Amino acid sequence: MRHDHLLTAKQLTRADIEAVLDRAREFADDPSAFRERHPELLLALCFFEPSTRTKMSFETAAKRLGGDVVDMGSVESSSVKKGESLADTVRVIEGYADAIVLRHPKQGAAQLASEYVDVPVVNAGDGAGHHPSQTLLDLYTIRENAGLDDLSIGILGDLKYGRTVHSLAHALTKFDARQHFISPESLKLPRGVRYDLHEAGANVREHESLDDVLPNLDVLYVTRIQRERFPDEEEYRKVAGKYSIDTETLEHARDDLSIMHPLPRVDEIAPELDDTGHATYFSQAHNGVPVRMALLDSLL
Amino acid sequence: MTDTELRVSKIRNGTVIDHVNAGEALHVLALLDIDGASGETVSLGMNVPSQTMGKKDVVKVEGRELSQNELDVLSLIAPDATINIIREYEVAEKKHVEPPETVSGVLACPNPDCITNAGEPVQPRFDVLSEGVRCAYCETIVRDDLTDHLLA
Repeated sequence: MRHDHLLTAKQLTRADIEAVLDRAREFADDPSAFRERHPELLLALCFFEPSTRTKMSFETAAKRLGGDVVDMGSVESSSVKKGESLADTVRVIEGYADAIVLRHPKQGAAQLASEYVDVPVVNAGDGAGHHPSQTLLDLYTIRENAGLDDLSIGILGDLKYGRTVHSLAHALTKFDARQHFISPESLKLPRGVRYDLHEAGANVREHESLDDVLPNLDVLYVTRIQRERFPDEEEYRKVAGKYSIDTETLEHARDDLSIMHPLPRVDEIAPELDDTGHATYFSQAHNGVPVRMALLDSLL
Repeated sequence: MTDTELRVSKIRNGTVIDHVNAGEALHVLALLDIDGASGETVSLGMNVPSQTMGKKDVVKVEGRELSQNELDVLSLIAPDATINIIREYEVAEKKHVEPPETVSGVLACPNPDCITNAGEPVQPRFDVLSEGVRCAYCETIVRDDLTDHLLA
């Protein structure tokens, strides 16, 4: 892969994705072998929204490659609090670091940042928009568990505001995947994503009930219904708790069904599933490090 | 000169935008950022009879030849418009509008969570689709009522 920035999963070809996943496999097999790979790397972490996994895995990835990070810190302690624009912030940080990992609550923030700087910008989540590095680790996990071709995947929950869903859906169009989207009517995929899936000729079905498709699925990708994205609390209450996966829910699932979740979860997946063979979400989170090592390696 | 064209004053030099959908003339002016402030004479015919359209609007701008770029932006709200460039009362050129690939600084993104609505130093930019436009930042697609989103 050779791109200036990673802004959306749409920009990635199948070959790009496979190259990153193959490289991530090498990093995962022997992480200590690459400690001197990028000793010059200084990665800027600019997180305008809370994050645990994404931020820490990028930090870990940079350090495992021999590099280091500079962290903008919380918005409250930064110049953003004084009213500085994102455009100015990234132009300043461009002078400090070799690449910028950006999370921001506004959609299109990474696109805007990329227009102001020459160092690579990695979109680590822009509001309800995209989260392409999450998608790479999702694909890595799927490939490890179920393979990426002839795949039947159910994507359940908040499809409207779920940026991980949007990026995953775009990326899966590059593979032979049947995508089943399961959500309440009010949380269906946004028009822009549906447009892209249609243009890509994706094999897509939409459902309200998980029962309709569960027995056929290789992978069930569960997402949290994100209270913080709803403009209206009443709208949130109508759909909160709509889907909750437990052993009873999975009665008709295949034994080898892999359940994924970008985390954090709230009540979408019962803890009783954690010790079953279905639970893939923690290894999925762990995969963030080798995959982001491979991503940084490809961008630098 | 047809009866319809005579309903609004004949111009000596300038641009006549014909076959605008009925009721859209004021939006055409807004889209072209023409408000009369720079002194040009502007004549409007609204809901005038048309053989092909039933009713149509006509816009005449005296003393100003609109560029092809300006005219292309018109395609967003007046895809059937025909353009006559007038010199010394005669039609010197006839043009048609063609959809551009992108438009910048013309429309505001209706998505309140789009970065272009966050006070950043950036002009909203839209990619033009076969139907509607799509924000180049947040990817929101706008298909209907484009004129509701014209930048002031």
